[in-house]
Amino acid sequence: MARGIGRQVIVELGHFALVMALVAALIQTTIPLIGATRGEARWIAVSRPAALAQFAFVAASFLALIVAHVDSDFSVLNVVQNSHSAKPLIYRISGVWGNHEGSMILWLQILTLFGAGVALFGSQLRPAFQARVLAVMGALGVAFGLFILLTSNPFARVGEPPLDGLGLNPVLQDPGLAFHPPVLYTGYVGLAVSFAFAVAALMEGRVDAVWARWVRPWTLAAWIALTVGIAMGSWWAYYELGWGGWWAWDPVENASFVPWLVATALIHSVIVVERREALKTWTVLLAILAFSMSLLGTFLVRSGVLTSVHAFANDPARGVAILLILGIFIGGALALFAWRAPKLVQGGLFAMVSREGALIANNAILGACAAAVLLATLYPLIAQTLLGRTLSVGPQVFDFFFPPMIALALALLPIGVALPWKRGDFGAATQRLRYAAAAAIGIVVLTLAFVSANAWAVFFGLALAAWVAAGTITDWAVRTKLGTGSLKLTFARALGLPRATWGMVMAHLGVAIVTLGIVTDSTWKEEAALLFKPGQSIAALGYTLTLDKIEKNLPHENYTSTRATLRFVRDGRTVLVLHPERRFFPLQQTETTEAAITTTFFRDIYATLGEQRGEEWIVRVQWRPLVAFIWFGAMTMAFGGMLSLSDRRFRLGAPVRAKTRTAGAPAE
Amino acid sequence: MKRISAALMMLALFIPLGARAVEPGEELSNPALEARARSISAELRCLVCQNESIDTSEADLARDLRRIVRERLKAGDSDTQVVDFMVARYGEFVLLKPRVNWHTAILWAAPLTILFIGLFAIGFSVLRRSGGTPLPEVAQLSEGERLKLNAIQRSQPDEA
Repeated sequence: MARGIGRQVIVELGHFALVMALVAALIQTTIPLIGATRGEARWIAVSRPAALAQFAFVAASFLALIVAHVDSDFSVLNVVQNSHSAKPLIYRISGVWGNHEGSMILWLQILTLFGAGVALFGSQLRPAFQARVLAVMGALGVAFGLFILLTSNPFARVGEPPLDGLGLNPVLQDPGLAFHPPVLYTGYVGLAVSFAFAVAALMEGRVDAVWARWVRPWTLAAWIALTVGIAMGSWWAYYELGWGGWWAWDPVENASFVPWLVATALIHSVIVVERREALKTWTVLLAILAFSMSLLGTFLVRSGVLTSVHAFANDPARGVAILLILGIFIGGALALFAWRAPKLVQGGLFAMVSREGALIANNAILGACAAAVLLATLYPLIAQTLLGRTLSVGPQVFDFFFPPMIALALALLPIGVALPWKRGDFGAATQRLRYAAAAAIGIVVLTLAFVSANAWAVFFGLALAAWVAAGTITDWAVRTKLGTGSLKLTFARALGLPRATWGMVMAHLGVAIVTLGIVTDSTWKEEAALLFKPGQSIAALGYTLTLDKIEKNLPHENYTSTRATLRFVRDGRTVLVLHPERRFFPLQQTETTEAAITTTFFRDIYATLGEQRGEEWIVRVQWRPLVAFIWFGAMTMAFGGMLSLSDRRFRLGAPVRAKTRTAGAPAE
Repeated sequence: MKRISAALMMLALFIPLGARAVEPGEELSNPALEARARSISAELRCLVCQNESIDTSEADLARDLRRIVRERLKAGDSDTQVVDFMVARYGEFVLLKPRVNWHTAILWAAPLTILFIGLFAIGFSVLRRSGGTPLPEVAQLSEGERLKLNAIQRSQPDEA
């Protein structure tokens, strides 16, 4: 453990860099804002270098913390509390953000990364507007920089360094953890850019198509990251927590799902602003709310006001500080909105039955879903503080309202896609969708003929999945004029479609795939809990299962494992061998279950090893039809987002149009 | 209306609870009774874990509670009696699905209310904005304009 003085001092340098980042953030938020108000070009010009400097300082600080963790520098409190010298390298690195202090640095790192992005790629924005956007992001940097330095300093030293650290929660020692938080945070924090754009637009009192064209890719990027992050979290829960559940309506899950719902509404409404200059006020409000929900999510996770499986982050004292940040930013933005929004000039007119109308319905439903999930998540807190009642709000409550609400959105989706802008003909749209409707009904009949199900709501769910998929494909067929010319011509037209259109098609197909996966897995999954003596065979799930052997105390880097060999025999042939494990982490004295999963296109087979009961072992096996579709569908949605993000017009930027469009924009 | 609400209730079955933690020895031999025990267990909170039902929790307390549920069912209690017994012992907190009363009225009623108010308010504002001033009628294009437009459309495919 001998280290030179050079590496020791890295921690101090990291601490110093963090303070410098705060200074840069202070400059970034004050001088350019004054400059923008007074029209001083030199003051405005400070914003870009300040944003880049803030990013560089935070990066230096983050790097220093990573080095301290990799080096196992136990003179640093954060390393002592969250690391251990026997921990594999990857978890020493990912452990940096597996704890409160480190995750706040990560939060700040991503914020400044986006800030640097706006500084570098926003050179085509009007300088004063860019300065205002960066000033808002700088203000967030100040708030979180202060928060970290004052309440959660990861560089605090301990008086007498212990010989070794306390280690990282074993459940978090998983490759999934290395990537899940950074991706999710990218989504959370990416919405800060939309927020900053909205606040800057309110300051200037103008929102136009150019604004929308800038907001859209940033929001889309955040949405993609949120989608991937939530899917990863869900998948991690499925394979790591050992009971095969992929969504539990846990407060922390909801804390990421609510911003996702709002961001989904936002990426739809911002299209209306871009294409039709309508819905401006609403879109600005959504941009504010989306990030507010992210901040609230951070608050829920970090303060521990709601009990949750993610309890590793609990600390009520910090909650007060975050509540203060929450109040300043959300309250401030909403006050600004109330003051300035009435001055925004509303654009294009449209009829109720039109693409705009459908997108508004989408927004209303997604908004209502977000509000309902938020209310139900916070309800135990509300009941306790206002009604003096201690009660729980479990998944049953969410299952009561959420599926029917989202079903309405799914039912409207293909119709909305089929409607033209401005004014549509409901009859013509439904006429176009008759094949989609037939496909939906056909799939239900087909399912009914081959598989039994006990609830006809299941068929309704399957029909919705088919309806969305067929409706999306119908729209694609209409756009490529499939069937009217040669296939070659159709192919050429398909290639000629803008990437944004392809993105929409993929994302909506992803929605259908997720729906199919959820309905199928929920309806037809099978499970069995079995008691085996080693060597014994039991018939279950259509196989003959044999517990060939149990190997105990297999040594690993920082745990020992008990490994089962479970053989699946069908028609006298071994078709599958799974090795579920139980892992024991001596340092924390905890045991985790490691599920063994095999995935094919149609199903997962999932096995976990339970506790020992005398001579016998509990083994749980599950048959999960189409369960992987849930994550595959989410990834398809994210892929659609990426296609849309790569669309030509976002890369070219808006200034070409800005020159022709700005005339109609000013508010006053 | 009754059918619709039944449909909504059934839709609620879509999102599953996790696999159970019930151990092989715990199951009741009577399948009807076991099914009731499972649905009751799924609605009772494991008090020592975070946000898990006693049906999915591997904690010892959860196992004890599962046993109590099954014993009372075997003794002939109705579902409500079993749940009442648990509430009397552990308080309302034990219910993952809180009872509908005035303390939870907002929780149960709000989601659909928000949805309907939202749709109504938005529909109203759209009607108000576009209803008063009818959209201008589109003038017929001349043949020359039509050809020109077609040429433009061919060169620039429609964006999403």
